[in-house]
Amino acid sequence: MSRLSVRDLAVEASHGIGARPGRLFLTILGTVLGIAALVVTMGMAQTGAGQIARQFDAVGATQAVARAGEAQTMGGETRARTTLPWDSPDRVTRLAGVEAAALLADVDVAGARISAVPIVDPTAVAGVPPAVVATSPELLAGVRATLATGRMFDGGHDARSDRVVVLGSGAAERLAINRVDSQPSIFIGEDAYTVIGILDDTARRKDLLDAVILPLGTARTDFGLAAPGELQMRIAVGAGEVVAEQVPIALSPNTPENVEVQAPPTGGELQRNIRGDINIVFIALGGVALVVGGLGIANVTLLSVMERVGEIGLRRALGATRGQVATQFIVESVVVGLLGGLIGAALGVFVVVGVSVAQEWTPIIDMPLAIGSALLGGVIGLVAGAYPAVKAASLEPVAALRGGL
Amino acid sequence: MTTADVAAVDPAGTEVLGAAPVPPVIDLRALTRSFPGDPPVVALRPTDLVLQEGDYLSIVGPSGSGKSTLLNLLGLLDRPTGGEYFLDGEPSHTVNERRRTALRAGRIGFVFQAFHLLPHRTVLENVMLATIYAGVPRAERYGRAVAALERVHLEHRLTFRPTTLSGGERQRVAVARAVVTNPRLLLADEPTGNLDSTTSGEVLDLFDELHADGLTLAVITHDDDVAARAQRSVRITDGLLEVLR
Repeated sequence: MSRLSVRDLAVEASHGIGARPGRLFLTILGTVLGIAALVVTMGMAQTGAGQIARQFDAVGATQAVARAGEAQTMGGETRARTTLPWDSPDRVTRLAGVEAAALLADVDVAGARISAVPIVDPTAVAGVPPAVVATSPELLAGVRATLATGRMFDGGHDARSDRVVVLGSGAAERLAINRVDSQPSIFIGEDAYTVIGILDDTARRKDLLDAVILPLGTARTDFGLAAPGELQMRIAVGAGEVVAEQVPIALSPNTPENVEVQAPPTGGELQRNIRGDINIVFIALGGVALVVGGLGIANVTLLSVMERVGEIGLRRALGATRGQVATQFIVESVVVGLLGGLIGAALGVFVVVGVSVAQEWTPIIDMPLAIGSALLGGVIGLVAGAYPAVKAASLEPVAALRGGL
Repeated sequence: MTTADVAAVDPAGTEVLGAAPVPPVIDLRALTRSFPGDPPVVALRPTDLVLQEGDYLSIVGPSGSGKSTLLNLLGLLDRPTGGEYFLDGEPSHTVNERRRTALRAGRIGFVFQAFHLLPHRTVLENVMLATIYAGVPRAERYGRAVAALERVHLEHRLTFRPTTLSGGERQRVAVARAVVTNPRLLLADEPTGNLDSTTSGEVLDLFDELHADGLTLAVITHDDDVAARAQRSVRITDGLLEVLR
């Protein structure tokens, strides 16, 4: 006959919840922690993945390397299966997505001394000589290097096998050369090479900063360089897959399988991979916290039913049906769960933002995820409140009225 | 709404009672309550009792005599194991649980020994609680609750919490809650059991006023002073009811 309206139900339930604020706090604590753990987990995973992707975007996502594939010989040595052509940079820069390319090769100087003066100084401390690397003239663009001073050698130096070198900043310091306008020379063995430039910094191949860099043509003439080592490419964002597929064909049309290309995966894939790794463990932890939180709600609601036996009896005497009594307790439990979910989600968002501020990261949180977590608290309340509500409804009014209020 | 319901059951009532135009509020016919066991415990032997509208009945008897059993049966809080109980002409012993709940909400007002007021709610909210389950439209609830509290002379205590009131005032709030739905019957279970003689007097005076207004009352008590106020009285001993006056 009399149906309890939603508004009446809300009022009765809210009074039931608000009657004991201290207990309410303890009741929702488990849910708050569980939901907060969940939001922090997923928020941090997203933020971290975004952060990693950002760093990759700067260099990693736009840099690719091609090398000759290697094979094991019968004797257990590794040998290159093919050699990259000397005109590799020309071949690959014609491809869509490749913005610049440079060949690099380590040069074996057969133990030749590298110094700024052609004198053997017996008192000098024996040091490790700087590495010698031969590159094509496009090096600066290919590895995103910058010059501190001077210039890079060009195609002409390369073609004429001119004895010119560019020093890495570290190598220049070791050789005590800091300016090139006086046309200083260095000596590799007995031969003098003119220093025409000094590298300032490079995004890839940091080892170049400690190396003596000379043109490929010079290295072939003076040191008998047989084959280029690797091809560094600067590629467009998101071009990794295309480059990985097309570069081997461009470099070795007959045996593209002999060319290995390391190209970055596309950004989304990368983020997903990272997120997936971090998530599983922490979501499991959050899930455990939620179960504990739900049990907490169930426990306290059950306790509350036992304490409010007199009230339940009174309501039944006043004409409340079993359904109305059960509904009231369910609603109370759902609201408690929802409250815990809201506080937990807010707390989680604050933690993610706080950590991000401390790390100078950009916090990334899916709004649907945060809202969903809050709602999940309500669902937990619903599940946890079901049994206590049934218990409350099954109380006989006669027995219930005997309990005081 | 009460008047409409009375009109609806009236034809059935007249049929059962023959000439009487208005059915009695309570009409017990061989009402029995026994509890299963070996042997079964008979808490209330077959009992006949008729309470007309406007009657004021006191039910006395020692502890464990079956007073509470009778009150629970009268209040539809418990089902009889035998016999018939017509409440306001309606055969309450045959109707389903839902209808019994509705009858409880609309026809009966309860007053308990321990008051049973919600401690965290105001006096007004406690009284309005009864109107929620009785299906009183929201717009009428406030006015009726205030009117009920005026009737028990507590209109100056609307926003107080029960814990700040004296025992007598609390029981008057409980009475206001019981009458706010315009019940046909007021059932009181030891209403003065937790009160001293002065405050008992307040509550009993209130009952007299309600009786004078035409309300039907049934009061369970073991206090002879309380019983003396009622115009009719029955005694229960070992589940057997005898009419004193």
